[in-house]
Amino acid sequence: MNTFGDPTIWLPFVFAGLMGLSILIYVVLDGFDLGVGVLFPFAEEDEKDMMIATIGPFWDANETWLVLAVGLLLVAFPAAHGAILTALYLPVAIMLVGLILRGVAFEFRAKAPAPHKRLWNNAFFAGSLMTSLSQGFMLGMYIMGLEWTLVNAAFSLLTAVFLTVGYSFIGATWVIHKTDGALQAKSVDWAKGGIWGLVLGIGLVSMATPLVSTRIFDKWFSWPEALLLSPLPILSALLVFALWWMLRRMPFTHDRVSWLPFAAASSLWVMAFIGMAYSFYPYVVPEQLTIYEAASAPESLFIILIGTLFVLPTILAYTVLAYTVFRGKATELRYD
Amino acid sequence: MMETLLLSRIQFAANISFHILFPTITIALGWVLLFFKIRYNQTGQDRWMEAYRFWVKIFALSFAMGVVSGITMSFQFGTNWPGFMEKVGNIAGPLLAYEIMTAFFLEAVFLGIMLFGFRRVPNWVHTGATFLVAFGTLMSTFWIIVLNSWMHTPQGFEMRDGVAHATDWFAIIFNPSMPYRFTHMVLASFLTVSFLIAGVSAFRWLIGGRTEGVRVALKTAVFGAALLMPVQIFVGDMHGLNTKEFQPAKVAAMEGHWETGGNVPLILFALPDQEARENHFEIGIPNLASFILTHEWDGVVQGLNDFVAEDGTILHPRVAPVFWSFRVMIGTGVAMLLLSWAASFMMLRRKRGVEGLPKPVLYALVGMSFSGWLATLAGWYTTEIGRQPWLVQGVMTTAEAVADVPAPMVLSTLIAYLVVYALLLSAYIYVIFYLARKMSRGEDIGTRIAPAPAAAPNAIPAE
Repeated sequence: MNTFGDPTIWLPFVFAGLMGLSILIYVVLDGFDLGVGVLFPFAEEDEKDMMIATIGPFWDANETWLVLAVGLLLVAFPAAHGAILTALYLPVAIMLVGLILRGVAFEFRAKAPAPHKRLWNNAFFAGSLMTSLSQGFMLGMYIMGLEWTLVNAAFSLLTAVFLTVGYSFIGATWVIHKTDGALQAKSVDWAKGGIWGLVLGIGLVSMATPLVSTRIFDKWFSWPEALLLSPLPILSALLVFALWWMLRRMPFTHDRVSWLPFAAASSLWVMAFIGMAYSFYPYVVPEQLTIYEAASAPESLFIILIGTLFVLPTILAYTVLAYTVFRGKATELRYD
Repeated sequence: MMETLLLSRIQFAANISFHILFPTITIALGWVLLFFKIRYNQTGQDRWMEAYRFWVKIFALSFAMGVVSGITMSFQFGTNWPGFMEKVGNIAGPLLAYEIMTAFFLEAVFLGIMLFGFRRVPNWVHTGATFLVAFGTLMSTFWIIVLNSWMHTPQGFEMRDGVAHATDWFAIIFNPSMPYRFTHMVLASFLTVSFLIAGVSAFRWLIGGRTEGVRVALKTAVFGAALLMPVQIFVGDMHGLNTKEFQPAKVAAMEGHWETGGNVPLILFALPDQEARENHFEIGIPNLASFILTHEWDGVVQGLNDFVAEDGTILHPRVAPVFWSFRVMIGTGVAMLLLSWAASFMMLRRKRGVEGLPKPVLYALVGMSFSGWLATLAGWYTTEIGRQPWLVQGVMTTAEAVADVPAPMVLSTLIAYLVVYALLLSAYIYVIFYLARKMSRGEDIGTRIAPAPAAAPNAIPAE
């Protein structure tokens, strides 16, 4: 077991990496389908059905990455799991109610009597909005160190709004890829509007993070780390510019590269995420508990790791399979 | 702190009670759907596909309800019971991780293909997806039951600095009560689904939707229930004997039995009084409990008074809820046995099939549509309340695990959950019977999820 050195060092690191990976996959994948829900009220009735069709076969698997992320936090860093979730008790509860409403609305809106459909559409929107807002709020509270003060709550309200805008932006780019015609044109407009909110949001978080913690400030603005870090803001700026340029000209002839805005938006998430992960490492509860202090016993982590090495590639493989089966423009969802 | 504990317990009970309803359906319904699909592949008869198409919708709906309430459960560990993971996380963690990795993703990914892929993938892939979803739900059940059983009969670990460390994973997974609990739960799921299918199919039959699909579904469900009911009674008895060995206080509470001794009667009715430590208005069958539990007419059975510490601390669960929920489970089970046997007998008589079922029997089937839920919940309460005051038997109490969250906060989330659950449960039951009525009128019941066919005013039901 000591082949790779001290397991109390590398195991927590590996698990922090796995947890980070599943959070990242979650915010990209469930990010776009939550975004579609947030954009729901802006669409016409028949467009709503088409928007559902773009995410119908995927949303459940997308959401499972959240379960995995929280599961990994729970199994790898139990002390941090308790500390973080009890501090975020109320936003977590709001998120859960949101996830419940959204998840069941998919099924009910298609099966309930026609007059009830509007009700379930509203539940779908409300659930998506509650989920996005509360996740954004949790992100803000996490950045601010999980302390309930007026300033922190106010900041978290801002991140709540901006994460929701970010989700609807990536949601719009997904709809651009999966649809054509009027709905696609509409999604291009949504994305055009959303991109500025996204820039503002990333900028705000990037400014607040080093101000809250001198440790992070030093990490960002010390030589030569700053040089190594510089590709992140530079690449992000290039991505934003590319998105802005593309969206002004879309859709291209023959609907070429309709997937590109979604890919660019996902890459933007990845940049923001790497920045966050770099800043907070090695802490799992900001400024209080490091991943090494919070980790479970090595023998338990080892048991999970062995399984993960086999299972994670399998999961990724059949996720790719599912996206391949339902590739191309969304068509009507049929049970038969 | 006391109030927070009580409210957290109520909240957890509410969450898990709501959650368990839906896995109880999906665990078995997945396999029933696979059965329908395989029969269709073998025979090419449309009736099997008709049954598949109707019940796959109920499956999708139940699955979504199970997923969202399950996510709630997974967060509750952190928000309300952080002490649990801090103390036994080294054991519970890997079990939960394996559930997520081996089961959740499998179900979630292949559900999309199972529901919407029929026209996009070859038939065998669709059948394969149905199998993988069914298999995934069963895997999920396995890991959850392993963890739950371990909490009842923990072994394969040692305590170091107040934290449990695994020493033998084989012993942890194959803990003494796991095989009984797992079999009992899976059978409960099959019986729940049998009665649901039988009830809804009888309902459709009664209101005139007498299609071949209804006929095969009803037959499959009634015969399935009739065959499985005796198996369940046998497994339940073995589970009880296992509980007597490892959690005698629970069995004493189930029996309402206070003093250790022989010639114990089987109590049919009583009002257990924990303060006076006796039963009021007791009606029982002499010596039968001794016989059932020890297989000897005068066998000695441990009583509740053995589980009171010298200083008067009560180390057994509250008697009345365990005593009564056990009786509800048994009573419901007996009703299920009688009805499924009576209906099977009538269908077999002169080979008249569903035609041979008189109206009262059909009405009884409709009335018992959710009898499986009742029995499962009652059984669940028996075993879970029966474990109190322990959270992990002999290792940690429920009070040690609770979060230090202000009581009003727990109360507010509890109310929010209860409201949401009440609405969803009503909507769920309503929609099942709505689909059944619509189907019986020969209408399209939404094989299209999206987009809806362009404005079809006559698709709006009259009511």
